[in-house]
Order: sequence, then C-alpha cells, then structure tokens
Amino acid sequence: MASMLIRGGRVVDPSQGIDRVADLLIRDGLVVSIGQTGSQPLGKVDETIDAEGLVVTPGLIDMHVHLREPGREEDETIETGTRAALAGGFTSVACIPNTEPPIDTQANVEFIRQKAARADTCNVFVVGCVSRDRAGKELAEIGQLVEAGAVAFSDDGSPVYDAELMRRAFEYCRMFDKPILAHEEVLELSRGGVMHEGLVSLSLGLAGMPAAAEEVMIGRDLALAEVTGGRLHVMHVSTAHGVELIRRAKAAGIRVTAEACPHHFTLTDENLRGFDSNFKMSPPLRTAADVEGILAGLADGTIDCIATDHAPHAPEKKLLELDRAPFGILGLETAVGLCVTRLIETGRIGWPRFVDAASRLPAEILGVNRGTLRPGGVADVTLIDPGLQWRVDAGRFASKSVNSPFHDWTLTGRAVATIVGGRVKFRLP
Amino acid sequence: MPEQSATAAPGPLPHRLPTAGWSHQNLLDLEELTADEISLILDTAVLCKEATDGCRRKIDVLAGAAVVNLFFENSTRTKTSFALAARRLGADVIDFSASTSSLSKGESFIDTAKNLEAMGIDAVVVRHATPGTPHLLAGHLDVGVINAGDGPHAHPTQGLLDILSIRERLGDLRGLTVGLVGDIAHSRTARSNLWGLKKLGARVILCGPPTLVSERWQELGVEISHDLDAILPRCDVLNLLRIQFERQHTSPFPSVREYAHLYAMNRERLRRAKRDLVILAPGPINRGVEVTADVADCPQSLILDQVTNGLAVRMAVLWLICGGRRAAGKPPAADGPRGVEQERIV
Repeated sequence: MASMLIRGGRVVDPSQGIDRVADLLIRDGLVVSIGQTGSQPLGKVDETIDAEGLVVTPGLIDMHVHLREPGREEDETIETGTRAALAGGFTSVACIPNTEPPIDTQANVEFIRQKAARADTCNVFVVGCVSRDRAGKELAEIGQLVEAGAVAFSDDGSPVYDAELMRRAFEYCRMFDKPILAHEEVLELSRGGVMHEGLVSLSLGLAGMPAAAEEVMIGRDLALAEVTGGRLHVMHVSTAHGVELIRRAKAAGIRVTAEACPHHFTLTDENLRGFDSNFKMSPPLRTAADVEGILAGLADGTIDCIATDHAPHAPEKKLLELDRAPFGILGLETAVGLCVTRLIETGRIGWPRFVDAASRLPAEILGVNRGTLRPGGVADVTLIDPGLQWRVDAGRFASKSVNSPFHDWTLTGRAVATIVGGRVKFRLP
Repeated sequence: MPEQSATAAPGPLPHRLPTAGWSHQNLLDLEELTADEISLILDTAVLCKEATDGCRRKIDVLAGAAVVNLFFENSTRTKTSFALAARRLGADVIDFSASTSSLSKGESFIDTAKNLEAMGIDAVVVRHATPGTPHLLAGHLDVGVINAGDGPHAHPTQGLLDILSIRERLGDLRGLTVGLVGDIAHSRTARSNLWGLKKLGARVILCGPPTLVSERWQELGVEISHDLDAILPRCDVLNLLRIQFERQHTSPFPSVREYAHLYAMNRERLRRAKRDLVILAPGPINRGVEVTADVADCPQSLILDQVTNGLAVRMAVLWLICGGRRAAGKPPAADGPRGVEQERIV
C-alpha cells in the first residue's frame, strides 16, 4: 500500500505530549513516525500533503451521532451521515441506537457494520441499546451485542427510567468494561416542554424544561454508578449545576465521564425568541450562566469530551409548529468551526485540550484503538486550517438534512482534509 | 344571519380613519409595539366605534378586501368578533377551521396558509395552540398576519380591548394599578395585558398561587403577589383570568374550592376594594371560580363593555393592516381570482 507524508503542520497529539511543527509519515494505513520537518526524503513517498499553517491531529471522534438508519432514511443514512462526518473532520463516529428498529440485537449491529463498510467512509462504532427494544423494561442482550462489536450502551432519546434497570445495567456492563451513555431527564418535569424553563419561556408562553429535570437524573445515575462501580457517561450536559455535580462526583472517585455539545456552549434560550424550531433540541439551550458553566467544565476537564448529538430531521418535519417539530440539530459539519471560534480563539482552551476532548478521550471512553498518532497505530488524521473563515451554508452540507441554526454564520476554523486509515477521504475543495 | 342591513357611511370616511403612524405588516404581539402605536390602535378603535354607531352599523372602508379566519384551536367569541369586525368594515370573511381542513390529511399549516394566500387575500387572522405559530406564518406569507391567540403567548387584541375598556372608564392609564389575577402561567391575556399596560405607564401586579405565578416575572419589572386580599386595596383594576384546566398536567392547586376561597372575586372582597375599582374578565368566565355571579354582573364589571370594545379594536387592527396595505399600494397576495363571493357566518 501507499505511503504519505504530511509535511510541516503543527502536530498536536496529547497522547504523546506532542505539540510541535513536524512531518507525519504514514505507510500502509499506519502511522510510521513523527519526525523533524524536512528530514524525510521527498522522493520516497507516494503522496505528500503540504500542511504548513495547518493543525494536524489524530482523527476526530464524535461519540454521539444519530445516523437514523435503519428506519428514518428520509432524515439521514449511514452513508450521508458518515460523509457529513468526513466533511466535518471526523474520522470516527459512534452511532446511537434509537433507530427503527433499535439496535438491540446482533443482527442489527451487523447491519450497521455492513452498511458502514459498504459506504467506505469513516469508522462507525456501534452503540447498543441498554434495554430490549429500547423500551426500558428489561436488559437487552448486552453480552451478545458486545460480541457483535458494540462499544457502549445507551437508550438515548430517552432516559433509562426504571432506576433498578439502570442499576442492573451498570452492574452487568461492568463485566465487559463498557460505559452506559445516559440521556438524563426526569420526564415528568420536562413533559410537554419545548425549551429551557426560564424567563424566556415565561415571556414566550412556551412550556419549559427545567434544569432540574436534567440535574435530578444526573444525581440519580451518579448515585447508581457509585453503588455499582459501573461506568456512567453523561451525554450532552447542558446545565452549570449538572457540570458541578459531575465535578464533585469525579473528586469522589465515581467512574463518570461527560460530554458537551457545541450548541450548548454557543447558544442560549434567548435564541428561541424567533420561534425557530432549529433551536429546539433536548436537552434545550439553557442560559448564559449555563454556557459559562460548560465552558469552565470543558476547560478544567470535568467535561471530558465534545460530542455533537448530530440529530438530522428532514425539512418538512422541522417546518412545523414548535411543539410538533422534533428535537434535534445537525452537528457534524459545524463542530470544528464552533470549537475553534468559541473555545480556541477565545482562549478558553488550547489545541492540546481540544484534541483531548475531540479525539483522545472519546477513544478512551469507547475503548477503541484510536485517538493517537503513535507509531504503529491506525493512521486516522484530521488536518484543520485554524484561521480559515468560512460561511456556513446548510444547503451544501453532506448531511441529508439542513436543520442547523448556524446556517449563514461565519466561523473560524475548518477541517481541510480527513484521512481514514491512511487514505484521504475528504478534502476541502 | 342575514346580510347586514345598515347603510354604508359617507364617502370620505377612510380619510377620517388615518393609517399614518402605523408601519407594521402584522400584529403578532404587543411586546413589539411602542406606546404610541398602541395608542394609535386604541384611538382608531374609538373612531371605528363612532363611525359604526357603536359597532352596530356597517361602513365600507375595506370593501373588496378578503380576510381569512384561520383557527387551529376552538374559539367562538374571538372568531365571531373578528368576523363581525371585518364585515362591519365591508370586507369579505372566510372561515377556515382546522377540523374541516386538509390538516387532518397531513398538510402542514404553512402549506395551508400559503394556499389561502394564493387565493388573493389581504389578511389572515390566526389562532393556534402553539406559541409563535403566527410569527412563523408571518415569516412565510406576504399577507398581513393578525395573532388571535397563540397558546399561552400572546393575544394582542384581547390586551388592547381590555386596555380600551379601562381607558374608557378611568381615563389615562398612567399611574393606575392593575391586578391580573389567576392563571398567569397559561394566560396569553395576561402576557398581552402585561406588555400593553407597562408600555402605557400602568403598574402591573400579577396575583395567584406560586404554581401559577412565577417569581421570575419580577425580572420584567412587574410586581407579584400570592395574596389577593393584601393587594386588593391598592388596585384600580382587577382582570380576573380563567383557570385553564385544559393546559395543566397536574393540578396547580388542591381544589377549585380552595382556589375560590383564596382568589375568587366576591361581594365581600368587593367591599374592601377601592370604591371605583373596575373588574374585567376575558371570558369565558367560570362563575364561582374566579368571580362570583353577583360580582360578574355588578356595575363595576366591564365584562360586556369588553365585548363591544373587542369589535372596535379588531376593526381598528384590520383597518390599520389591510387599509395600510392598500394605501401603500400593496395588492392582495396573488393575482388569482377572489376566493370568496359571499361570506358564511360562523
């Protein structure tokens, strides 16, 4: 197979403590070396990419993506979703099992893996259901799902409502050392809600989803993780108090990790004043104080990683009354721009922490052999132009859907090349 | 109902109903209006009332205009009031209710509205259970959109007619203290009153149990109270809002009996209020819950004035929006044939 030299970029790889201008040599789909720039004889490689001025990172991993297939191919397919991932700089996604049918059998896991192989785009890691039929009544055949390749378990879209079932899931998953990715929501408190409960929902007369609906459930799951020794991964933390609960739990030694979404550290409930359903997601956009809490949590590592909760919905579904439009927002193709614009340009975090949050830690949480540029490892690499200013055009997304509130925003920072297993799968034209 | 027999007013009437000072294509909520614009609507309403002999006669200032009542939620009085107001101005009225429409066939409400627009209408009066739906329509349509109630969010003509009723009885709003009592959480009437009253300089007190009156309202510069008896002596106006049982998942108070004990306006409470206290209720009223029957029918009650002023305010709004469009030379939305020859009564 071919060799490739990525020359003169700023290589940021926190797994090896590297952050310097260097050449990255790839052969036969694996990383060979990170060497002093210019040290590599040019004639000996098949392809050279000039990465001067670019940031070179281990391939980005989005551990929270709804690919919608099987069942809702009008919103997204495994092929279009993974193409969106590549266009956004992601070499791997973990797909969430709230499909129709849900991913609760070996056959369904196998279906996704085959479809992903056929699409031949980015890596797709499969998340299996916690409960059979995602119904929250009894455990799915978690051992069988692990054998089929599931890397984590989640009933996302809904919380695991029965506390005893959640306890059993934590206990049972321990023997496979798999995390449970938890959607935290007390449904009685958020019932009928379309946005964060606060002054804005009060003025607009919209039914609210209080922060407590999320925080109460985080509290329950932290307690269950503590008593069982299970691994809890809190999905899409959206409240400052939720971040604080996780911070304290980590200090107490509870096995908890957490993710935050770019929209939750960029937008607030004020954005709902125009009644645009593209701002409707669950958990909802919260307040400026919550945004601040998430930014602080990302900076100090309380929130381990950044995930998009990429949730495509066909346009006709979003073009409904606010209470009938579904929850969800596209994430894959705007994530890097939002992270650079909101986190790096503002000085909240540096590049090494970004790569930690978007590559190394997701790989570690999912237990997949990625998130590093160590010699001998799979050559998943993302090249980012950190200064590129670009205008978001949802109409040109690779995703099948367009439900992005960031349409027409100007962002700084964009993936310009996405390399999976040593092959260039995306290049910004 | 037979065709109106009243004769049209003399020719120059449109000139006596100015649209100068009005620049909005739509009326979506009172929050977006200035005090002057609110006063303009109220003044226009007074002119409409005079020109129509107390809303009883027909004038033809909007002859040839077509107004659609697009109601996605049940309504009798607001729909009737808008229909009659439009007809008093000489406009044609089409009634379109969701139950008889293609919405049950899965068509989106925006498609429905665009279809109506393509028939060449001037304005859509929309009611919907979801906040923001009129705003969403306004973003997709070129015709005037008038919000006739969007869930608990806004009901601008209700706010305007309440304020007009107060103004008629007590004069200038500045310095008056208005208590809005009851189900503030689910009340579009409360929200529209709140913005309108504040802009015109009145002091607003929201009163009800904490489950229906959030502490957060104070951040908008209004006073809140959970004790009607405590605020009663300070109020010049009480607006008694209906408990919207249909919008609750779990009851916000233990029983209707307990609610009435704490918040119903009854004769005994009336005795402890200011002598010239006026009482409004947006209707439909639950007699015995927010207000006892004797108080609802007492001389201080403006409940029936509100109905007449509802017509006047809606005439004013229709005139400003449709008349304003015509004065600005905007044709009806499409060149297609006029959709409706003869209105049907609600």
